[in-house]
Formats: sequence, C-alpha cells, structure tokens
Amino acid sequence: MSVDAHADHGDHGHGDGDDGSHGSLGSYLIGFGLSVILTAIPFWLVMDGVLASKRAAALIIMALAAVQIVVHMIFFLHMSPRSENGWTLMALLFTLVLVGITLSGSLWVMYHLNANMMLDPGMSQMP
Amino acid sequence: MNMMTITAPGGDQPRVFLVDEEHHAEGGSTMLGFWIYLMSDCLIFAVLFAVYGVIGGNYAAGPSPKDLFDLPLVAVNTAMLLLSSITFGFAMLAMESKRIRLTQIWLVVTALFGAAFVVIELGEFAHLIHEGAGPRRSAFLSSFFTLVGTHGLHVTFGLIWMLTLMAQLARHGLIPANRRRMMCLSLFWHFLDVIWIGVFTFVYLMGFLR
Amino acid sequence: MISESSLLKFVFGRLTLDAFPIHEPILVGTFLVVAVAGAAIVGAVSYFRLWGYLWREWFTSVDHKRIGIMYIVLGIVMLLRGFADALMMRLQQAMAFGDSQGYLPAHHYDQIFTAHGVIMIFFVAMPFVTGLMNYVVPLQIGARDVSFPFLNNFSFWMTVGGAVLVMMSLFVGEFARAGWLAYPPLSGIAYSPDVGMDYYIWGLQIAGVGTTLSGINLIVTIVKLRAPGMAMMKMPVFTWTSLCTNILIVASFPVLTAVLVLLTLDRYVGTNFFTNDFGGNPMMYVNLIWIWGHPEVYILVLPMFGVFSEVASTFSGKRLFGYTSMVYATVCITILSYLVWLHHFFTMGSGASVNSFFGITTMIISIPTGAKIFNWLFTMYRGRIRFELPMIWTIAFMLTFVIGGMTGVMLAVPPADFVLHNSLFLVAHFHNVIISGVVFGAYAGISYWFPKAFGYTLDRFWGLLSFWFWVVGFYFAFMPLYVLGFMGVTRRLRHFDDPSLQIWTVIAAFGAVLILCGILSFLVQLYVSIRNRAALRDVTGDPWQGRTLEWSTSSPPPPYNFAFAPRVHNLDAWWDMKSHGYHRPLEGFKPIHMPKNTGAGVVLAALSVVFGFAMVWYIWWLAALSFAALVAAAIAHTFDYKRDFHFPVDEVVQTEAERTRLLAAQV
Repeated sequence: MSVDAHADHGDHGHGDGDDGSHGSLGSYLIGFGLSVILTAIPFWLVMDGVLASKRAAALIIMALAAVQIVVHMIFFLHMSPRSENGWTLMALLFTLVLVGITLSGSLWVMYHLNANMMLDPGMSQMP
Repeated sequence: MNMMTITAPGGDQPRVFLVDEEHHAEGGSTMLGFWIYLMSDCLIFAVLFAVYGVIGGNYAAGPSPKDLFDLPLVAVNTAMLLLSSITFGFAMLAMESKRIRLTQIWLVVTALFGAAFVVIELGEFAHLIHEGAGPRRSAFLSSFFTLVGTHGLHVTFGLIWMLTLMAQLARHGLIPANRRRMMCLSLFWHFLDVIWIGVFTFVYLMGFLR
Repeated sequence: MISESSLLKFVFGRLTLDAFPIHEPILVGTFLVVAVAGAAIVGAVSYFRLWGYLWREWFTSVDHKRIGIMYIVLGIVMLLRGFADALMMRLQQAMAFGDSQGYLPAHHYDQIFTAHGVIMIFFVAMPFVTGLMNYVVPLQIGARDVSFPFLNNFSFWMTVGGAVLVMMSLFVGEFARAGWLAYPPLSGIAYSPDVGMDYYIWGLQIAGVGTTLSGINLIVTIVKLRAPGMAMMKMPVFTWTSLCTNILIVASFPVLTAVLVLLTLDRYVGTNFFTNDFGGNPMMYVNLIWIWGHPEVYILVLPMFGVFSEVASTFSGKRLFGYTSMVYATVCITILSYLVWLHHFFTMGSGASVNSFFGITTMIISIPTGAKIFNWLFTMYRGRIRFELPMIWTIAFMLTFVIGGMTGVMLAVPPADFVLHNSLFLVAHFHNVIISGVVFGAYAGISYWFPKAFGYTLDRFWGLLSFWFWVVGFYFAFMPLYVLGFMGVTRRLRHFDDPSLQIWTVIAAFGAVLILCGILSFLVQLYVSIRNRAALRDVTGDPWQGRTLEWSTSSPPPPYNFAFAPRVHNLDAWWDMKSHGYHRPLEGFKPIHMPKNTGAGVVLAALSVVFGFAMVWYIWWLAALSFAALVAAAIAHTFDYKRDFHFPVDEVVQTEAERTRLLAAQV
C-alpha cells in the first residue's frame, strides 16, 4: 500500500547535518533481490547436492557469500568512500585486514601446532 | 563576527587564530562512533569464527554437522532475517519522509521477523540439546553453540533496543536524537545480517559439505 | 521442605565463612592496615563534609580533565598494591634457598605473582595511559571535551569496578594462581575450581568494557573534533600516538573479551574449548590471547613515546626532529604489532617455518622504534636543553629502553628463545621495556602536565630523589635477573636449590627496596607540592614555554577549555601563535554548550561489580537480579534526553576576566 507512494526518493534536502547516506526504495529492493538470489543458490547447491565436487561447491558458496556481504554493505549499510570523509571505509578495511590476519594466522599457526602434536589423525579434522 | 586577527611580522596576510562560530554539529560524532563499535564487534565474531575454524572439526566421536543440521529450517531462518532487513529499510525510508506512524509499523514488522528468528533458533538449540548434542558434547558443538548463540544474543539485544526505540519515538517523535538512534540501530541490524551470511555459509552449508 | 543448608547455598552460593582468610597472618595484617587507612579517609572526608563536593564535582563529572585525573589517582593507588606484591616476591626469592622455604607458601606465592602482573598491566599502566590521553588530547586538538563525555565517565567507573573486584579477592576468597594470562588447562575448571580465576575473569571483563569504549571515544574525538585548520599532519605527536593507541585498543580488546568468554563458558557451562578432551585445544587459548597481548604492550608504550616526543621538543627548545617519520613510525608499529604475536610462544611447537616468519617480523618491528630514538636524539642535538624533571625522566628512558629493546631482539631469534623463554631473562626484558617506557613515561607525563592540571609545579627536590631511587633501583633490581635468566633460572619460582644464585636475588631485592624509596619519595613529592603550592604556583598557564595548544589555556583550564575555538595554521600551534604575537581576546564571549554531569556511570559500574561478585560466588539469584537491573538502568539512562546545558555568558566573562587579572598581576 504505502510502498508505492515512496517510489521516488532520489535526493531530498538533508537539513539535519548528516552526510545524507541513506538509500532509496529502489536500492533497498535491488539489494534485497540480489541477497535472495545469492542465498538461494548456495542453499540449493548444498541441499540438492548439485555439484559432484564438494570443493567446487565450497568455493562457490564462499565466493557468493563474499559477494552478498558486499551487496549488504552497499545497499543496506550504504557504505561509501564519502561517508565520514572516508573514515568509515578506512575503519572497515582495517578491520577486514585484521580479521584476515586473525583467521588466516590462527588457522596457519594452529594447523602447525596440531601437526607437531602428532595425535591420532582420526581424532580431529581441520579444514 | 568577532575573530582575533593579528598581523604577522612583515605585514603580510593577517593571521586568524580564533573562530567563534560553533563548528562541530551536535551529535556529529555518533555515526562514526557507532560504526567503530561495530568494527570491534566484528572482531569478536572473527575470534569466534577462528575458533570454529580450528576446533569445529573436533566431533569427539559425537554427532557431526551432517547428523544435526536441518538445512530447510536454516533456510527459513535466513529468510526471516533477510526479510527483517528489508522491512527495517522500509522503516528508515518512512522516517526520511517524516511519517512516524509508518515508521513504527515497519519497526513492529521487523521486530516480529526478528523474534521469529530467535524463536526458531531457540527451538533448534533445544532440539539439539534434547538429542544429546548440547554445547558440552564436543568442541565442535561448543563452538557451534557459542558462535550461533552469540549472534542470536545480539539479535535479542537488537530487539530490546527496537522496542525501547519505539517507545522513545512515541514519546519524542522524529527529533534529531531519535533519528540518530534509528540510524545506529539500522547499522546494527544490517550488520547482524552480514554476520549471519558468514554463519550460514561457514557453519551450516560448509558443515554439510565436509 | 527446604533444608537450612540448601537455603544457605541458594542465598550465598559457594560463599561461606571459610572465604575470609582469618588464618593467614599476612592477609589479616593487610586487612587491618587497609581498614584503618580506609576508615581514616572516609572519616576525614565526612568530617570536612566533602562527600557532596566529591560526588558533584568529581564522581559524576563528564569533564575529560577530571576523569583523566581520577584515572591517574587510580593508577597510583593500584601501584602501591602491585608494588607490595613485587616486594613480597623479591623478599621470598632472596630468602628461599636450599633448606629455607621462605615465608610464602606456594598457594600464596602463586596468587602474588598473578596479581602483580594483572594489577600492574590492567590497573596501573592502563589507567596511567588512559588518564594522560584523556586529560591532554582534547586540549591539544583545541576541543572542549571528548566526543562522548558520558561514555568517558562510564568507562572510568568500569575500570574502577574491575579493580574493586580484584582487590576484593584479597579479603573474600582468593585470587587466581595461573599467571597474569591464565593459560588453560591450569585456568580451567578442573585445575582451578576455586573462585580466584573467576575474580580474574570478571574483573578483566568489566574493566575491558571500559577500556574498549574509551578507545572508541578517543578515536572519534581525534577524527571529528580537531580545531579548524588542524589537519592530520598538523596534529601534535602525542595526539598521533594516542590515535594509534586507541585504534590498537579497539582492534585488540574484543579479542581478549571473546577469549575470556570462551574460558568462562568452559568454567561455567562445561564447554570444551580449552579442555584436553572432547576435542578442546588449550594451545588455541595461547594463540588467541597473544593476538590481544602483543598489541596490548604497544597500547601501553605508544602514548609514552608521544610524551617523550613532546617533552624532548619542549625542553630542547626546538621543533621535534622528523615529525613525518615519527608519524609513519607510529603507524608502522601499529600495523606490525598484529604480525608478531607468536614470538610469545615460539616454544609451543609450531615449527621452523612459522617461527621464522614471526621471528623476522619481530625483528622488523624494532626498526620504527629505533627511528624514534634517533629522532629524539636529533631533537636534542644543538638544542638548549633544560633539565627539568620531565626531561630527566626522558633521558633515563632513552638509555634504559634501548637495553630492553636489544634484549628483545635477542629473544626474537627463535633458537635463542628456546633457551630463554620463561626464564628470568624474559622477566628482566619485559620489566626493562615496561618500566623505562611506561613508568618513566608516566612520571615524565605527570610532571610535565601536572602544572597544567593544578596550576602549580611539582617539587623538584623530591622529584629528583624519586627519580634517582627509581633509576638506580631499577638497575639493581633487574640486571641480576638478566644474569640469572641467562644461566637458566626459570620464572615464577618460589624456591631455589643452588645457593650460588642467592647473591643475585639479594641484589635484586635491594633494588626493589630502592624503588620503594622512589615510590615513597613520589608520594612525599605530591604532599610537599600541595603544601607549598603557593610558592610553586604558575599563573601563566605555560610554565615550560610549551609548543602545543594545551599551554594556551589557563592552569587549570576552565571547564570549557577554550572560550573560542582556536584556528590552527602550523604544527606546534601554540608556538606558532606566540611567534605571531597572539593576544587573548578580552571580550565578545558567548554562552558555551556543555554536557551535564550524571551519576548513571557510577550506578551502572556498581551494578556490574555486584553482577561480577555474584557470578564469582555462584549466587545465581543475585547475578540474575543485578543483570536485569543493569539492563534496566542502561535503558532508563537512554530515556534521559536532557544531557546538556549552556555555560552562561557572564560566567565565561568572569572566568576569562579572572585569568586576565592573574596574568596582569604576575608581570
């Protein structure tokens, strides 16, 4: 009902001093649509066992997850290099670097530590 | 304008050392501050994901993801959260066009979807515990319950915040302070959906693929 | 029918009368001293009717200057406790050779070394650093306060809350015995079932919330509230180091929070993160805690590097040498600090490839710090050096820190570390860098900015005495430890078999006594300075011929810091203003928008402490109740929209006129 009435949001005056980073109806709907597709495909691939190679399936769903995260960032979180004079983007990139170091560093270190423990190989499986 | 000017020795450009207008907008720090808080929250989840990555394969001769995960239910839950994201977006749009009633309505719808998510997840947890696959059974299950549970706790706090904000909107309307709070909650809510993408991919789907 | 014992268990959890250590004479003695001193303080405050003043002007204040001072007071108080632990350990290690078991049983000794580390890092060093940054940064950037004044107050009280829990463990129950980082499985429920570990966990979690929020606060302050014209590369160096420090805080404390949560779950719920069975992996705790732990030590030292930069420049009468390279060095250290953490556990067995990588990154990270040392030296070169107290501490830092840095590079070599890991060599190294970096930096910063905060300088004689006792004491206390460690002596030992080592621990104990004299001299210095404040007064606001904006204000600054926001043109903005003949405006003042005081921070922190205490003792009803109250109080606070007021024009006029009068009188 009221959704159509807001069809055209474009830019309107932002007198309250914020940097005007909010979406339009169109952008929210595009983001939603893309997210639905990017969610449905991975679920379908895994639930219906479509691909023979589990490795290929894993790589695809990880890639699609990354894409969907970017979609969320752009269409829902309104991430942009202009927001807060670039500080939000810089904070995000810095955080992503640290997340990368934490994840990859921990996996690398723990893999080596576990390997040198020489436990019964059936006891644990790391990716 | 009353600015203190002084002429530099040599008599060139007068140098102004003071300004008297208020140059920092009130509440101008809020969005950046909240964003940085979200980044710190992101790091907490990163640790939980790292832990899941390291010990998530330790089933201790107990049930494994394939034995436990109900993917159709997870798909339904994902839909609940994604729908709540778009309805929150509609609430934000209503707020931008200064329609407070509509904002409140969309917030209620969002809260309902969010509550559905939490209820379904609690049901899933209860079922797992009932089946003997509780958080104490193995390191895999400890990390599963903690990662997914921490996300669910965040959603719960988000819901409490949503209810509180609805009460504050009813009381004070769409004043700048409340608009800032809506924007913060919007960031929080969408951020939780981003984390969920990681969860359903790395925990549920990859678990099934192992 | 509920039996009496199960009723007691419900009401008191596992808290029983046994929790009070009435059979341990050292603790009973400590309690008596604390009780008497505490009663004296409470009595004095009540007698002079200062409770209202303290509540209104200090405890509920959201003024960054007041909060900064309170942090430093907290640090000084906790220094006394942490150092008492140090003295006790030194005494034990000086005595306990061969047949002599010393005077501390293992059960007690283990708590002492754990508490010493926890208190010194979390409740002495962090508050000193946070206090200095809080006080100085808004003034240096020409702002009126931090971005989130209420959060600032809340952060302070959460830090106090953590300290209260840790101190409480002295008299109610006991403290953890697993070292300051509490590695599992020793810290797990199977091997540490008692309350000590839980005090540790909840104390750190509560304080950690405060620290993380404070980190966010200061980042946003520096990004958003700089005076017009102050571009990033025109910020004072102390502000740069503060920015990087707070980035480190926000980017590392969440890791500590998460890891402690996992340990808590293991202890309370029976999960298997760090257990030896059911798939747990204790090594993962070590890995994660040091991902936090290494950035933490840079959090402690970077602000002090900033202090030394300000001091070296001011007291050499010269602009800081190599400003740009200082900034880049600081940023490099910030990023690199995330790539070295494994050097804390080379010996845990990750193998050659992993160890080599981290060994190399560790050696690389010493380079930017080396660059800073050269910059300080070049700043001093050909300067007109004034040997005021801050400068003296800075020189001692430079000499001492270099030694500690070099032993650090030794430890960075994995094969060498296999011999030196967890030996007294390691203990000497980290005390070497932390004491010269953080403690000497705190003394330099406090003596530098004390006149700004209070309007009079610190007494020079007692300051010099404190300085010499500290520096000489440090060398006596820790050089022997390098020797012992090199010979293979392990850390955290309560008793030694080889009597030929005793001479070294005796020398170290002597050094500790000298440091005690240094601390006492500092306390006397404070007392004497307050007593002689009229003679030590500075009315100019700029006793050191400072270069940065904080020196443009009165001492102490007015509540609003600046009547008019400064406009910045150059680095060393105040020096720039002075060189161009700047005069203070005497009219045209306007009402100033300021945040209101609030008691909400105290209330929330107090509820957190109650919650922590309840969780420690398994008093579940109290935990649930206090948690619910915490959430309710937080929500209630958000309903308070009237958080600010305007400082009326005539008060501004009066305050500024008072300063004009003082400046005129002293000419």
